[in-house]
Amino acid sequence: MTTVVTDNCQRCRFTDCVTVCPVSCFHGDDEMLYIDTGVCIDCGACIPVCPVHAIYEETDIPDDKRSWIQINTDLSLKQTNTTEKQEPLPTAEARKKELGF
Amino acid sequence: MSELGSPENPLKVAVVGSGPSGFYAVEALLKSGKAVAVDMIERLPAPFGLVRNGVAPDHPKLKQAILVYEKIAESPAFGFFGNVTIGRDVAVDELRRLYHAIVFTCGAETDRKLGIPGEDLKGSHTATEFVGWYNGHPDYRDRVFDLSGEVAVIIGQGNVAADVARILSKTVDELKHTDIAEHALEALGRSNVREIHVIGRRGPAQAKFTGKELREFGELADCDPVLKAEDLRLNPESEAEIADKNNAGSAKNIEIFQSFAARAPSAKTRRCIFRFLEGPVRLEGAGKVERLILAKNRLEGPPFNQVARETGETVAQPCNILFRSIGYKGIPIQGVPFDERKGIFPNDEGRIKDASGPVPGLYVAGWIKRGPSGIIGTNRACAVGTVASLLADLPKMDAQAKPGGEGLRKLLAGRGPRVVTYGEWRRIDAAEIGRGQPKGKPREKFTRIAEMLDAIG
Repeated sequence: MTTVVTDNCQRCRFTDCVTVCPVSCFHGDDEMLYIDTGVCIDCGACIPVCPVHAIYEETDIPDDKRSWIQINTDLSLKQTNTTEKQEPLPTAEARKKELGF
Repeated sequence: MSELGSPENPLKVAVVGSGPSGFYAVEALLKSGKAVAVDMIERLPAPFGLVRNGVAPDHPKLKQAILVYEKIAESPAFGFFGNVTIGRDVAVDELRRLYHAIVFTCGAETDRKLGIPGEDLKGSHTATEFVGWYNGHPDYRDRVFDLSGEVAVIIGQGNVAADVARILSKTVDELKHTDIAEHALEALGRSNVREIHVIGRRGPAQAKFTGKELREFGELADCDPVLKAEDLRLNPESEAEIADKNNAGSAKNIEIFQSFAARAPSAKTRRCIFRFLEGPVRLEGAGKVERLILAKNRLEGPPFNQVARETGETVAQPCNILFRSIGYKGIPIQGVPFDERKGIFPNDEGRIKDASGPVPGLYVAGWIKRGPSGIIGTNRACAVGTVASLLADLPKMDAQAKPGGEGLRKLLAGRGPRVVTYGEWRRIDAAEIGRGQPKGKPREKFTRIAEMLDAIG
């Protein structure tokens, strides 16, 4: 069981999730954030705070997004730990609208 | 005088309470870039608050948040004063003389009352007592819960209600390898409870469970989740609520409830029954709880602001033991303003205030700041916000050097409490883990303060 960030985060990177993560398990590159699935405790705090619903518990991940589990595990380890809220990407608001949120 | 927060004049802060919001406040202070010395004051010898004493024993992964707190505690700028009670061992005014600022993170320690006749009958309990009891909290370890009857009722539909219901629904085999307190495991092993009613005054779309907690009821070894399909017929306002993209949690809950309603009855011996649109009116019984009278409700008002209104119809539910879990509130501390109605320390972005404005040097974070909502991580954002307020106030603070932990230690030395340091807590921790090993448990908690103190000599 784990919790992962999916592609809705791309071009958004709102980073609200990192402020409520009790174990600071988010890591980010310029594009999006990833969850270190070995550290995440599956508390689910990040899920409702994401403005674009990019985050899923494993049991709820749509089939076409399941590849994100491995991507989170692999890429989180390569990126720096993101523990504080950052400015969203300039494209964030437009992308949010595009996604229907 | 050197600038406050410089290495020559570190900012000295006392954090009262050692739960998640306390540790996140410490973390934020340590990361502030200022020179700080932070002392955490905890009334028990054991830290971690509700992660140790609230999070259910069968949710070990959530308890791993403790790993983060252990890391925070490694900082040389962190001090721990366990087994020290504010008000009894040290007054708030004394702390204000010792520290530049105090951050209260002492949680919401008591339950709200239902306010119905019969509430104090034998067999009527708070969820807090039960949760504290099965988690081995010293305050509750001697509580007695009569589980000899078949019917338990839980009032409330949040995650604490779910925890209570699930612990009552599980077999000993499902619990024996958790860190549940031994006394609770024994008592639950003798439990005759077979019907667990979880009752909410509003509808299934307004239930506050998280999907994760709710789903667990479908995976129990000897208990079926039960609810009537007709209870899932929603009014248009509730339909609108679950259709809202930003309310995915409720839509998920409805989906899970639907899966429960569609299940065929099995040979399992226990049933956990989810009931909606019913509110407690009174408890009846000769000397102890026998019956709960419930008023049927309907919803009134626009989506997301629907309130429960009684229809006039009532039903009687036989009941052998009742737990209320309808919200929590804080306990006042002498020397700190208190909002009776909300059960919190009144504050403005974490700055504690009274009628005349902010009280210098007093801050608050966590449930005692904003009320009992959110989960562990919610308190991180909350504590970070409070510490931001505190740091913004730095230029206004009395910059005189303060005695801090050294002063507190001296003051307490003359007063009697056996102060438990963080190093000593680690010895208690190791002893608990050692006690659990032969039983295949992650730990067997000490459930009395005296036992904890004995473990460190």
